[in-house]
Parts: sequence; structure tokens; C-alpha cells
Amino acid sequence: MLAVQIKPEEDILPRISSKKLFIFQCPGCQEVYFPREDAAALIGSLSNQITGKAVLDYLCNRDFVREYIKEYSQQIDKAQAVLVFSCGVGMQVVSSLLEDKAVYTCCDTLYLNGFQGFTASKFNCNQCGECYLNYTGGICPLTNCPKALLNGPCGGAREGKCEANPDADCAWILIHNRLERIGKLSLLQKVMLPRDYSKIVIESLSREKIER
Amino acid sequence: MSFSEKLKNGKFIITSEVGPPKGVNINKGLEEAELLKGKVDGFNVTDLQSSVLKLGSLAVSHLLAMRGLEPIFQLTCRDRNRLALQSDLLSAYVLGIRNVLLLTGDHPILGDHPQAKPVFDLDSVSLLKVASTLMEGKDMNGNELEGKPDFCLGAVVNPGADSLELQLIKMEKKIEVGASFFQTQAVYDLEKFKKFMKKASKFGVPILGGIIILKSAGMAQYMNENVAGVSVPEKYIKMMAEAEKEERAKVGIQIAAELIKGMKNICRGIHIMPLGWERYVPELLDVSGLV
Repeated sequence: MLAVQIKPEEDILPRISSKKLFIFQCPGCQEVYFPREDAAALIGSLSNQITGKAVLDYLCNRDFVREYIKEYSQQIDKAQAVLVFSCGVGMQVVSSLLEDKAVYTCCDTLYLNGFQGFTASKFNCNQCGECYLNYTGGICPLTNCPKALLNGPCGGAREGKCEANPDADCAWILIHNRLERIGKLSLLQKVMLPRDYSKIVIESLSREKIER
Repeated sequence: MSFSEKLKNGKFIITSEVGPPKGVNINKGLEEAELLKGKVDGFNVTDLQSSVLKLGSLAVSHLLAMRGLEPIFQLTCRDRNRLALQSDLLSAYVLGIRNVLLLTGDHPILGDHPQAKPVFDLDSVSLLKVASTLMEGKDMNGNELEGKPDFCLGAVVNPGADSLELQLIKMEKKIEVGASFFQTQAVYDLEKFKKFMKKASKFGVPILGGIIILKSAGMAQYMNENVAGVSVPEKYIKMMAEAEKEERAKVGIQIAAELIKGMKNICRGIHIMPLGWERYVPELLDVSGLV
């Protein structure tokens, strides 16, 4: 996990109202920064919806997470959605292993120049400070689409492969397939506003938080 | 009557394209456009098409407007951040440009400057939204403008792209944020295009079907292998392959005319992309029965 902050409640609560929830929480990079109190408060407020909770170091490690999913399979099965408290890498790992579940992150990953977390992963996090993964089925359009498009594909893909990088799958076709699988295609109809780059270009923004 | 008035009054629309030169010799392009005066309703001016460095679309659109030829200024998100995009839209308005076609743009890696920084600060949908906001007299951060521009906003859709459903979802978003007409990628497969139109016509926004005159069998094969959403049927490739070299233009025009006749009753107009064959556009219009 990188440095994160808890998303505003209005970004999370409407998605999960009265749903049964399973929680993954990663204290992996907490030496860097993790808003423990904010996370505990949010989890506490959801206590009567929670079927179970797994706290494990390094959600970015896919092998660990796979084992935990096996161990907690009954509680996860009972849940209608999975909430992840981690950086964008951890969220993508959990989401990729639970393809038939709605998986939501409760965190925005903050920008830390040069710091990429502890475990090398096939998933990348752009540390954009406004995580989009809840709209895109856990597949990041910033790190997987060479144009970082937020509102759907450019239309240049051929046989599912990216026009700019034919070795890679078109991120938006993957996003479409995943959202279809979890019955959330309507998320694609939302007009996404442009990114706020002031969240990353002023590096002190996240440094200040960490030093708090 | 202006392009936007024609869109509103239901007239069959014909647009063509001016590809700015690589350099500053602009006379040939302008002369070719002059030949189509009165025959087409607007000229798209491409913005560094395929990410290849060219003279700018803003300058060429302005030159067309000065000659009374109605430009459709193409503006992509590839090379400009949100400040430059908004500023170029305002500049376009004071230079007499009233129609803009807003696109994401190709990735620079596909062009002749693959080392360039890809900008993509906005995308086609957010750029359309920003243009609509400027038309309401505000910049995208809500600051008041001194005088507001008024544009006819256009967008593109690729009826043959991977996942028609995704194309339609994005098309609907573009309409929601202000697109008032669409031009499509080149159409060669009328059945596929009909399927698309069946779904897209419910949006009630004018759609101009894309036409590219085939120059050779090799060009058709190249497009089939490299251009997303374009599938030239085998019968057309065969016709081009069998044509003698000096007959190829005629056969290409014949195929394009057949496609235009097939599209005429199912969409609001056509968009011709001549790709260097501007000189054949008058003949194509003639053979298609459009002039």
C-alpha cells in the first residue's frame, strides 16, 4: 500500500447502502501513511453490514490475497460487495481475484514521487489522488490506457488489442466486460470530469499529510 | 444557409475534407476546395491527422472561412492541455469559425513524432462539455468570459469498432454534453452500417456516414489490417485488383457511389475523406447523383 486517504463518504456510501459487505484492509505501507482513525470510523459505522474482515500486509501480493480469499470464502460469499482499504494496487489485486463481485475501494491513493510501494505487481497505481476504480470495475484507465481516457474507448482497438500498444488489451474493452459481468454497465453512462492534476503536481500536498 | 442551419432543416448534408500540407504551400489545397464550392456543405480541416506534423487546422479553417467556404475545425486533445484547448476554441470563434469537430486524437506513437509527449489532458467527451460551457459564457472552472462564442459542435463515432455497445454508450455521452452532429469512420459494409444506424438513429442527432474512395487493392488491404473498424469486403478488393492502373480511380469512384446510394436513405448525409484525391470528389458527387 502507498499513501492513501479515505474517500469522501458520498463517494462510498450510496454504492453500499444496506448491502452485506466483506472488508479487506492493508496496513502494508503504514510506515509511510495510513489514516487509521478515519478507516476505523468508517468501518465502525458499517458494523451491522459486515460479514467479515481480513487485515493483511501487502494486498499487492496476489499470492497472499488468493490464500486469504480461500480462507474467508464463506464470509466473502455472503457479502454483496467487497470494500478495500488500500492503495490502487491492492484494490486492483483484490478486484482481479473476485471477478464476479462488486469490489469498491474506500481510498484515494496520494502522490508520492518515486515511491511505488513494497511489492512488485503486474498492477500499477498512478497515485492520482482521485481513484477511478469504483467506476471502472477495478481496472485502472490511467495506467492501462495509453491515452488515460476516462469516458470510454477511443475506438482504435483491433480484436481487443490497443492501437498504440498492440501487445496490451484495450483497457476499456476489459472494463466493459468486467462491468457487464457484475451487472454494473450503467456506470459507463456517467460523464467523467477531467482529472485534477493539482493533486499530483504539488508534491508537498501529500508530503504534508504524511508528516502530520 | 449555414452548415448548422442545414443540419436543423433536414437537408441531406455533404461534407468533405481539407488535409493541411506538411509545410506552408497552401494554394493547392485551397484551389481544390474552391472546386467544391456550392457542392458540399462544409470542409473538415484535419488536426495533424494520424499524429503526423502538418500545418495547423486553425489557420487553414480560417483561410477557408475567409474564402466563404464553410470550415469544420477539427480539434484534438492529443497536443493541448485544457488551457490551450479553451483558448484555441475562443481563437477559432474570432477567426470566423462556427463549426468544430472535437476528438480525442490519435496517439503520437502512431505518427512521425513518436517521441512526443501525449497530452490527453481532456478527452473527446470532456472537451465537448468544455466547449458547451464556453458557449454559456464561462470557462470550465466557472469564470466569466467577456463575450461568448457560439459553435455547432460535432463529434465522431466508429460504427465498425470493437464493441458497438461501447461506441453507442460514448456517443450518447457526447450528445448529453453538446454534440449536435456526428461523422463516422469510413463505411464499406452497408449491412454493418445499417445495424449501427438502427441503434443510433434513436438519439435523433444527424449522422454523416464516412466515405473513402479506394485507390487500390493494396490500400483496401492495408485499411483492413490497420484501421480499426474498417472492413472492405472481398468483392471490392477484387474489383480494385482487376482494374487496370488508369481505370482504378473510376472503379474506386463507382464503389464509393454505390455505398453513397446505399447510405442515402438511412442517414442524414455523408462525409467524404478524399485523402489526396480531392480532384475526384466532384466526379464522385456526380456519379452518386448528389449534384
